[in-house]
Amino acid sequence: MRPKLLGYPPDGGRSSAAAETGLAAASPVSPAIAVRGLAKVYQTNAGDTVHAVSHMDFDVDAKEFVSIVGPSGCGKTTVLRILAGLVGGYSGSVSIGGRVVHGPTPEIGVVFQDANLMPWRTVLANVMLPGEVLRLSRNECRERALALLKLVGLEGFENKLPRELSGGMRQRAAIARALVHNPKILLMDEPFGALDAMTRDTMNLELARIAVESGKTVFLITHSISEAVFLSDRVLVMSSRPGRIIETIRVRNQRPRGLDVIATPRFSEMVLHIRHLLEGEGAPASTVTLAH
Amino acid sequence: MPGARHSILRTLPTSASRLAKHAWPPVLFFVVVVSAWEWAARAGFLDPMVLPAPGEIAANVVDGLSSGLYIINLQVTLMQAISGFLIACALGVAMGSLTTLSERLSRALQPIVLALEATPKIALAPLIIVWFGYGMGSKVALSAVIGFFPVFISTVSGLRSVDPGRMDVLRALGARRWQIFKMVALPGALPHIFAGINIAVVLALLGTIVGEFMGAKEGLGTLILYANGNLDTARVFSILLVLAATGLTLHALVDFTRARLLFWDDADTAIPTGPGT
Repeated sequence: MRPKLLGYPPDGGRSSAAAETGLAAASPVSPAIAVRGLAKVYQTNAGDTVHAVSHMDFDVDAKEFVSIVGPSGCGKTTVLRILAGLVGGYSGSVSIGGRVVHGPTPEIGVVFQDANLMPWRTVLANVMLPGEVLRLSRNECRERALALLKLVGLEGFENKLPRELSGGMRQRAAIARALVHNPKILLMDEPFGALDAMTRDTMNLELARIAVESGKTVFLITHSISEAVFLSDRVLVMSSRPGRIIETIRVRNQRPRGLDVIATPRFSEMVLHIRHLLEGEGAPASTVTLAH
Repeated sequence: MPGARHSILRTLPTSASRLAKHAWPPVLFFVVVVSAWEWAARAGFLDPMVLPAPGEIAANVVDGLSSGLYIINLQVTLMQAISGFLIACALGVAMGSLTTLSERLSRALQPIVLALEATPKIALAPLIIVWFGYGMGSKVALSAVIGFFPVFISTVSGLRSVDPGRMDVLRALGARRWQIFKMVALPGALPHIFAGINIAVVLALLGTIVGEFMGAKEGLGTLILYANGNLDTARVFSILLVLAATGLTLHALVDFTRARLLFWDDADTAIPTGPGT
């Protein structure tokens, strides 16, 4: 994937021109997520104040796929944890589906860096966990869980324990779990960061498909610029200290995209552009991975 | 023939062949020591009141078991020890859970717990006799008190070391505190808790024996005191053997329960996923 990305488009600009005609599936109604003037300051144990996030404004439309890329420690995860209702004590406002929220809401499903499956539960019981917490009907939840396990390609693994699954399969189960209570929004915090490059490519293709098939609004945090461009309708580029959005890049290709999109010159241009943005911000080159 | 031998070796589970390899040093040691002991006792080098011959102890064990004397008294001791043990487990897990659920309660209890933990619990025996009398109650109480602390402390440490990632999964769903406790914290703490329970089961037996030493009509502890008073050292040894076997059996029962409940925690039996492993 890497050599393709850096060079020579095999079929000129044809595929990219064709892909450009597809429009991003964004609707103009009230945004799924609206963030206004978001700022978060941490006090370290040494007494220093760290501006994790400052003055962030962005919207995510319904069914839109938006990614945040940025160097390590730029506050991406803080933003996601605030949206998920796991971090409080911020200034500014966060609205989900038009309502200002101050804590966790069942309209959101979260996929973390680690799968965080309960090792004592089978895969099916893990996926059904949100149903138990939210006290949804057990039978409906079970049906949804089985359908989602099929969607993420884990059919036949329902009764396995997490330790019997590979890392990629565990993360698939975590995605199914995040969707089981039918949230409108899926928040993902570097969900494939711990996977090897090959598995990661596969998972990205799967995620592209799942996002479109399930019709969810997706907000993804990633280190990988190409991953962000490949998957998203829009990419928010963040700088660090203080964490803020320095540019928004719109990717117009129709989703889900095939891996061939990566070979188009338009794709490489966008990736390089974002990379230069991040480097211009003094991000160490090692944190800006190209093909991941 | 060599082919047959080869196939037998190959069908033997590795653990069994490893066991055979590691079993002979302790067996050899045991045989040598017991033989030397038996020889020294018969040759008259050992005073039977100090160290009776192994043969005599073995005969005493057989005699005590077949006459029913050990069985009846073992039942009494076991009943008291297990009652105390179960109370220790229930109270230890319950108190440990309450303590971690409330930060304020935890801070309020901390000095008392630290002081009590440092106190040798055996020293409470005379007081417990005063409170519960010479009957079964004092033995159960002493077993429970001694067994309580390892369960309590392991419960607290287990609940304190909850995986924060698993907790985030529940918190992101707006889970209530008791839901997090029930679905994440307690199951995750079970490996810790069982470490405490494994200590408590032997301490509960110890508590019962000490309780019986303080005064009782029946039980293996009482029997030891009688035998000691009668200068019947062989009987003391044979009761000790019965107690050792009892302790080992209790350990095995706890391990069995652990294996049942913590089927997911056994790192050694993790199912290999790749070929050739």
